[in-house]
Amino acid sequence: MVEKFKVRMRELAPSERVNNFEEVALGYTKEEAITEANRCLQCKHKPCVSGCPVGIDIPGFIKALREGDIEKSSRILKDANNLPAICGRVCPQEKQCELACVVSKIPGSEPVAIGRLERFVADQNISLETAMKPSVNKRVAIIGAGPAGLTAAADLAKEGFSVTVFEAFHTAGGVLVYGIPEFRLPKEIVAKEVEFVKSLGVEFRFNQIVGRTIPFEEIKNEYDAVFIGIGAGAPRFMGIPGSNHNNIFSASEYLTRTNLMKAYLFPRYDTPVKIKDRVAVIGAGNVTMDAARTAKRLGAKEVHVVYRRSEEEMPARIEEYHHAVEEGIVFHWLTLPIEYIGDINNNVTGMKCVKMNLGEPDDSGRRRPIKVEGSEFVMEVDMVIEAIGQTPNAILKAGFPTVRLNKWGNIDADEASGRVEEGIYAGGDIVTGSATVIEAMGAGKRSARAIKSYLLRKG
Amino acid sequence: MYKVISREAIAPDTFDIWLEHPNIHKRAKPGQFLILRLDEFSERIPLTIVSTAEGRLRVIIKTIGKSTYKLCAVKPGETIADIVGPLGNPSEIDRFGTVCVIGGGVGIAPLFPIAKALKEAGNRVIGILGAAKKELLIMKDEFLPHLDELYITTDDGSEGIKGTVTVALQKVLKKEKVEVIWAIGPMVMMKFVSLMAAENNTLCWVSLNPIMVDGTGMCGACRAEVGEEVKFTCVHGPEFDGRKVKWDELIKRQYQYREEEKRAMEDYLKEMGGKNA
Repeated sequence: MVEKFKVRMRELAPSERVNNFEEVALGYTKEEAITEANRCLQCKHKPCVSGCPVGIDIPGFIKALREGDIEKSSRILKDANNLPAICGRVCPQEKQCELACVVSKIPGSEPVAIGRLERFVADQNISLETAMKPSVNKRVAIIGAGPAGLTAAADLAKEGFSVTVFEAFHTAGGVLVYGIPEFRLPKEIVAKEVEFVKSLGVEFRFNQIVGRTIPFEEIKNEYDAVFIGIGAGAPRFMGIPGSNHNNIFSASEYLTRTNLMKAYLFPRYDTPVKIKDRVAVIGAGNVTMDAARTAKRLGAKEVHVVYRRSEEEMPARIEEYHHAVEEGIVFHWLTLPIEYIGDINNNVTGMKCVKMNLGEPDDSGRRRPIKVEGSEFVMEVDMVIEAIGQTPNAILKAGFPTVRLNKWGNIDADEASGRVEEGIYAGGDIVTGSATVIEAMGAGKRSARAIKSYLLRKG
Repeated sequence: MYKVISREAIAPDTFDIWLEHPNIHKRAKPGQFLILRLDEFSERIPLTIVSTAEGRLRVIIKTIGKSTYKLCAVKPGETIADIVGPLGNPSEIDRFGTVCVIGGGVGIAPLFPIAKALKEAGNRVIGILGAAKKELLIMKDEFLPHLDELYITTDDGSEGIKGTVTVALQKVLKKEKVEVIWAIGPMVMMKFVSLMAAENNTLCWVSLNPIMVDGTGMCGACRAEVGEEVKFTCVHGPEFDGRKVKWDELIKRQYQYREEEKRAMEDYLKEMGGKNA
């Protein structure tokens, strides 16, 4: 008989954690991990594996764990996934591996906590000799050191290719360092995973913007293959009247200041971030939750999440939503801001909103929000963070003039291989638009495989 | 790591700095900028490229807050952690005929490569350089070979025309037909030059200097409304037609972090025992 529920993971109490940026979820102890590992049925057909974008042998690593062989468990994980400490923390497992878990099909039972187990094993810091193939005399350039680029780089290095990563920022990680907050993904963990990638012989060149610092043509000429993983890039703004009032930010700016530039440690770190009493965050995705919970930790008295649809359509992970609720974030469903109001100094003082109703489903399959006539009201706020998604960066067209784009302005790449044209591959958000960390890693993995066979075929 | 080659004080609180950089001289064009980060604790700050030479580049920095103080305190031989660039779009240099280039305060420095390129392109270049007082006027001698005519203005009348750059611009516009104006300096100065250019129906390029974080188009901190459209200065600019810029909003946005900047500066001075760079 399988235990119905996942072993609970200890967490910092909401009242304590809203005052700091420490990691909320504390991870399993070894006993807890083994107890949870014992809930796995070791299915022969492994439906969980097909739910994992990078195809980890899930029953395999869990079996090794419950036999107490953490080294073997770690090896199985790292065979498929170069960044398991990150995935264990930020993957939406409920929509991936855990969705397919057979245990969850038993009425009233939760799936095996695959993500938490992956995190446990990765956090044991087992240093492994990585199986490296003999060196191949081929050079691959990776543009962008986010999840897609790091994955492609590591996989290609393991295959013996000489890999160079070009990164615009001064540090590696992409969204893992500028977007996802410390309290969900400690930057120390990201640095450790990047160290692993470096240990495979991958060379990193920072402060390199393709198209500005270094022309794309030059990279194409110098390398045998190129992988472009530069992310979704530019924030979308709602563009309603008053959008350029002071203290209205994109979530990208707000989170970049706080996470990458460590503004939460201002003035020890030089970059400031605004701290206001009444903050509204627009949207209901994971970035919205991150921004709202960050605002709370920085000292906002009230944080309001404003979303034009209802709780049911909210795209954020349910776990993050629960964390936000526990931390006192207030949610306003079926509400759409239509204008920002400012004072004489251009500071935002309020937000004119309208209530919504849900109509028929739209293209995305979610019910379309429709304005309720005469329902306007003003919400008093002194800061607004827009977290409504991203669009491809303007730098893309300038940087990669020859690369084919699709009608959304993203790179037009083959879904299975990421192939764009001969020798050029792309993957992650720059191809799909904003998606998840693990999907980007999956794309990096598929492209690495395609690049390998392309280069070996080319000879 | 990028080494500071030389550092010279050229006016009160203003430093002329040459930095080592392996390849920026191959790509930098007039109008483009850099983002610098001094060390692990520092902000990323945008600075225009004043000149380049084989393996090096030149910036001119005025100390106005903690970050600029810290940068200007770096001695020759010491290093700066990060330099990324060239960023932004280059100036649209062409043979226009008569052009007027206007620099205000430390904005004179970013104007220099543009004036030089315009002269090289065969234009008649009229320069107007303005400062609060004589001592703050920088680079006058360097500009001279690239100008056909030079007007100096100082707020206190200690050199040249007493008043702002627009007083000199008025004189120029009365005297002859100017095809294009370039104005770089404090936002308020660029605003008033743009208003005068609009009245005169003349294209007026300004180089906007809003708050930036990444400088690569991924945050929108530097957004400005230009011709009813929201533009990101770092990737769509930094130069725009000043006649179309919504100035008042932009000027107020620039002071968004004034309290934080003051606090950082006070803390820094306390830490340094009241001593400056």
